[in-house]
Amino acid sequence: MQPLTGTVFHDIMNSDQDQIISQVTDGEYKYGFVTDIDNDTLPKGLNEDIIRQISAKKEEPGWMLDLRLKAYQYWITMKQPEWAHLRVPAIDYQDIIYYAAPRPKKALGSLDEVDPELLATFDKLGIPLDEQKHLTGVAVDAVMDSISVKTTFRDTLAEQGIIFCSFSEAIREHPDLVKKYMGSVVPYRDNYFAALNSAVFSDGSFVYIPKGVRCPMELSTYFRINAANTGQFERTLIIAEEGAYVSYLEGCTAPIRDENQLHAAIVEIVAHKDAEVKYSTVQNWYPGDKEGRGGIYNFVTKRGICLGDRSKISWTQVETGSAITWKYPSCILRGDNSVGEFYSVAVTNNHQQADTGTKMIHIGKNTRSIIVSKGISAGLSNNSYRGLVRVSKNADNARNFSQCDSLLLGDKCGAHTFPYIEVDNQSAVVEHEATTSKIGEDQIFYCNQRGIDTETAIGLIVNGYAREVLNKLPMEFAVEAQKLLQISLEGSVG
Amino acid sequence: MLIIKDLKANIGGKEILKGINLEVHPGEVHAIMGPNGSGKSTLSAVLAGRDMFDVTGGTVTYDGLNLLDMAPEIRARRGIFLGFQYPVEIPGVSMVNFMRAAVNEHRKFNGLPELGAGDFLKLMREKKALVELDSALTNRSVNEGFSGGEKKRNEIFQMAMLEPRLAILDETDSGLDIDALKTVANGVNRLKNPENAVIVITHYQRLLDYIVPDFVHVLYDGRIVRSGDKTLAFELEEKGYDWIREAN
Repeated sequence: MQPLTGTVFHDIMNSDQDQIISQVTDGEYKYGFVTDIDNDTLPKGLNEDIIRQISAKKEEPGWMLDLRLKAYQYWITMKQPEWAHLRVPAIDYQDIIYYAAPRPKKALGSLDEVDPELLATFDKLGIPLDEQKHLTGVAVDAVMDSISVKTTFRDTLAEQGIIFCSFSEAIREHPDLVKKYMGSVVPYRDNYFAALNSAVFSDGSFVYIPKGVRCPMELSTYFRINAANTGQFERTLIIAEEGAYVSYLEGCTAPIRDENQLHAAIVEIVAHKDAEVKYSTVQNWYPGDKEGRGGIYNFVTKRGICLGDRSKISWTQVETGSAITWKYPSCILRGDNSVGEFYSVAVTNNHQQADTGTKMIHIGKNTRSIIVSKGISAGLSNNSYRGLVRVSKNADNARNFSQCDSLLLGDKCGAHTFPYIEVDNQSAVVEHEATTSKIGEDQIFYCNQRGIDTETAIGLIVNGYAREVLNKLPMEFAVEAQKLLQISLEGSVG
Repeated sequence: MLIIKDLKANIGGKEILKGINLEVHPGEVHAIMGPNGSGKSTLSAVLAGRDMFDVTGGTVTYDGLNLLDMAPEIRARRGIFLGFQYPVEIPGVSMVNFMRAAVNEHRKFNGLPELGAGDFLKLMREKKALVELDSALTNRSVNEGFSGGEKKRNEIFQMAMLEPRLAILDETDSGLDIDALKTVANGVNRLKNPENAVIVITHYQRLLDYIVPDFVHVLYDGRIVRSGDKTLAFELEEKGYDWIREAN
């Protein structure tokens, strides 16, 4: 079999038969409020001095500062990538604040000492940080702007040897683990935004599940951008030792603002032999208004490595927010018989742009991967799937199945598919299926005739279309994600 | 309950309905018959509020209100039910979720609280039994992969769930074998009461053996050209539609 490389491009714009669109969105973003809180902020701009100050504020050891500076030196030699199917307005990296932290009243010992404003903020977002009040079975790390505000259920988890804390604390308290794994999956040289993040990251979550432990609750990080003109650069590192299991979920929101804000995160996952990590994202950053003003630029590098045999990493994402999304949660299938999964629903409305997908790199023997991507485009938005399936020379009997579906609402949006397939082993079986559909007027009328209004009908139909992916989310979040899909598309049809 | 006066409707500039007059009262069963292309399905679509048709003249009054002013979902919530000739498939949307949304929209409109999951499932079970619907069908996506007969039975099941005041059944008998036809007709008959009315649109007389109409109307070239009791249906069956064509 010849190595196969392919790019397919379906452009489905301006199809004429559709009469369902007429009205632009009036769907409201529910999380657009701003918390008025005293901030400890560094001046705008990026240079070595700013990086030293970030490191000093976090009381970091010298090795961490060295790593940041190396990343920065590398970053200034790089150029922002332009290959994605995105129109990205020029970003002035000197006009961004790289560190803004809600100023603590005093050192945080217990919940009682967390600023009540902060507690109220997270309450308002539906994320109570009081363990008594919280959803049972979910531990939360709450990150506001540049720092982690509070991590719940730490003591309960620690009883089983599980570490769940902010990244800053991990650097201080578990330096050996951080040194060993940080940058092992996403090195700072990986790409432009990874280098930037490695230079300026300020916090994030750290998860360590020891050998043979099944994490008894969902772990979750809630990211909130609050301060104006500030970028958020967090890192997440998840390590699952042999036979360990964890399900992790992140959520994110930001206030409504006219200017764009940058979010450039890194997530690294390491799964050892027989370990399983399930990583779910409900991304709801502020998407900008219906004229395309404001919104978050979301440039994220997420990658996991199935290091050991029979390990498994599963990415599930529901992407409804951000003005621009650029992210490709990926799996490196190194261990024999390891499994990578990617389930995605990406919704774009109004002027939103998304270029998202995954990479499945098959290295070990008998490795398997599955990709299910469901794009939904409405308004004037553009939604692209970009995915790479690579089967290396030694990856005997690798299997991949990819399914990429696009759903269009109206005739002014775009759906694009860019699958790349590279196969260097004759025993591989790689399958790719793609469909494009529109919500039919007859489907909407059928719902109308049963008493269901058009807005609700679209919600039903879209949720039905995305069901295969939503079913992969932990229960509590699946319900949230369903509502979110509906809200994101409100007003997209008239 | 329903008063149609001189109703005219176009699609793409072509006049399909050329002046329909019809009155339906509670407790009545009306059959509308006619050859293909006479405007039967257009009439049902216009009554249900499908916007691909332009109403160019006439009035439709439903319970004293101007029906033509209402959005399709309002017509539905006020008790108008259309049994579709070709029910559409909605992949991924389970019948349970679909019906729950529909029933609760009706209840909200009528000032009733939404049904909880338990009560709703109980209601589904009762109605399924009433219309002899295979239990497994409601676990599947709306009409997806249903056979022709299953789709039609599913329409009657939805009718049972929503308890309309006026049901319009558009060629519900087409594509059904005799057993399925009987099941569908039994369902309709069980749902019949003195407060509601049914308009049965059909090409053939055979459905009317099982759903016995009080009135039969013959629609031809956009007009009702003849009305009578059920014997008119037998006459049509015997003489065929040519008889009408020649007379007009």
